Amino acid sequence: MSSDNPDNSRRKFLTGSLTFVGGTGAAATLWPFLSSMAPSNKAKAAGAPVKVDISGLKEGEKIDLIWRKKPIWVVKRSQDMLESIDTNDTKHKDPLSENPEQQPDFAKNKYRSLKPEILVLEGVCTHLGCNPAYKPDTTDTSLGKDFKGGFFCACHGSKFDFAGKVSNGSPAGANLKVPPYRFEDENTIIVGELPANKLEEIG
Amino acid sequence: MSEKNQSSGVIGWIDERLPILSFIRDHLTHYYAPKNFNFWYFFGSLAFLILFLQIFTGIFLAMHYKPDAKLAFDSVEFIMRDVNLGWLIRYMHSTGASAFFIVVYLHMFRALMYGSFKKPRELIWLFGVFIYLALMAEAFMGYLLPWGQMSYWGAQVIINLFTTIPFIGPELGVWIRGDYAISDPTLTRFFALHIVAVPMVILLLVILHLSALHTVGSNNPDGVEIKNTKDENGVPLDGIPFHPYYTVKDFVGMGVFLFLFALTVFYVPEMGGYFLEHANFIPANPLVTPEHIAPVWYFTPFYSILRAIPDPAFGALAMALSILILFFLPWIDKNPIKSIRYRSTLFKINLFVFVIGFLILGYLGVKAPTPLYNALALRFSEMYFIFFALLYFYSTARNSTFSYLFSGIILFFIIAYDILRINSDNYLTLLIGLSSVCLFVLFMTLSPLYTTLNREKEVPERVTG
Repeated sequence: MSSDNPDNSRRKFLTGSLTFVGGTGAAATLWPFLSSMAPSNKAKAAGAPVKVDISGLKEGEKIDLIWRKKPIWVVKRSQDMLESIDTNDTKHKDPLSENPEQQPDFAKNKYRSLKPEILVLEGVCTHLGCNPAYKPDTTDTSLGKDFKGGFFCACHGSKFDFAGKVSNGSPAGANLKVPPYRFEDENTIIVGELPANKLEEIG
Repeated sequence: MSEKNQSSGVIGWIDERLPILSFIRDHLTHYYAPKNFNFWYFFGSLAFLILFLQIFTGIFLAMHYKPDAKLAFDSVEFIMRDVNLGWLIRYMHSTGASAFFIVVYLHMFRALMYGSFKKPRELIWLFGVFIYLALMAEAFMGYLLPWGQMSYWGAQVIINLFTTIPFIGPELGVWIRGDYAISDPTLTRFFALHIVAVPMVILLLVILHLSALHTVGSNNPDGVEIKNTKDENGVPLDGIPFHPYYTVKDFVGMGVFLFLFALTVFYVPEMGGYFLEHANFIPANPLVTPEHIAPVWYFTPFYSILRAIPDPAFGALAMALSILILFFLPWIDKNPIKSIRYRSTLFKINLFVFVIGFLILGYLGVKAPTPLYNALALRFSEMYFIFFALLYFYSTARNSTFSYLFSGIILFFIIAYDILRINSDNYLTLLIGLSSVCLFVLFMTLSPLYTTLNREKEVPERVTG
């Protein structure tokens, strides 16, 4: 074997296989760094259900709490507000709450809630995550004559009715999300747990 | 080469081992730039000055700032109130960010006017757009650090843009944040990226941008290649050494710039809420979005495009396209004439309308969305993309079949989109907006057939004055 007569195909094979093995190794080395950016175990653990007492909540009022770092609203809807909610029209992108991502099964109804008057929603706009403002006045038409109150996202102008349903023409594509929740008793809501049985669902 | 051996002593000793002298010769004293640079050629060197300023002030801010969700807001207030002249350093940094974008936008406009992105300068343009992208990332991450309301909600919106990507979106959003919502891990990683990673990327890109520039040489307001006419020594007849001629010129520009910069830093550092938004003087609160949120002014044209389309994924896509289309500019506008001086009236109208539209989009982006503003934002978003379509159209002379076909295709897309969304409430604004855009497109594509508006001028052999 002389050095001025190299075996080129062998050399090519060795270079290629080394590039492949080395490249795979280099790519695999990236993994710890990319993985370190995912939520830490501590962040994952901070997801326990939260309890809220609504005995002091008056009609038309809204309270905010935090569950899994997201704002959660509890609203006691008045009769006017309930009457402003409609389902079988062309004003909403998802009038019948058919997107299963946006609510637990128990809330796939006209009012998107367990009890008609108590609304529980995640206060996160389904467009780009702002916190929509509460517009409790059902007679205020400053946001258009079709808008009979509800929630308005000032970031990009999405409108939601008193059931959190997004109206047509809004930048948001989905209704506001209903988190899993249940009533522990008449005046106590637990956000983060589903109702234990059908009976509880009817409330 | 012969000059190299002449230097002796310490400098000669060093130059034999490290080519400092030859570098100075190749890139300053014997680097020939066109002699006809005008006002628009200040902004490259100004951008370089601001980059230095941002790195320098940033180092000193990092000495006092605490990247921790509980401490960040207060540490910025500490810099503003208790650190000796800390307010000055911070205002220099925050004003520098806005100044950077002003200068970069003017620099890019110069390239559009004089065709500086065209062959053989495509790579300079590409590296430039990459710098612009890196700069946007840098500014965005820096804006989170004060941990005010606008920091928080601005980041919320921008990170959620990534969650609109199909399939991987939601997971990607969690990975970027490092949590299920924006919180401490998001802040600390943005800090690391803002002060180490992205600045290094920007510096590397600047080196590539300048290396590419010095390989092919600068364009000029006439768009004439000065390398085509050289004297017997190989020196371009229309070229002058960068040093001392343009170093001195750039120093004048820097002086004027620093004067305006100091005025801003000392008298209007917040620029009425445009450089530093009022809501950012309130600590971040995940429960309350400010009544009106808008990004800092330099992002607002793209932000307007985002919210012009009432769908999260398509809105984000349109915004991404509006930035990505810049990469393709050298292959969209293939007209061999570089400078606006020798291009047609229609080209000038197109560029003028584009600039006005871009400014209006920027204005709409800082305003709260109303039905009228949304309608305007959509029209000017359409105009933004039509600008590029027309640049392609004017690349060469077009016959009547092509012209009608081309305008037909554009009109088809605009009209089809409006048919999908017309209703009894919006038809009036819709028809007014639609007909304006359609008339513009028809005028711009069909008038070359019937008028002399698309006539171009003869490009001279040498630069003119």
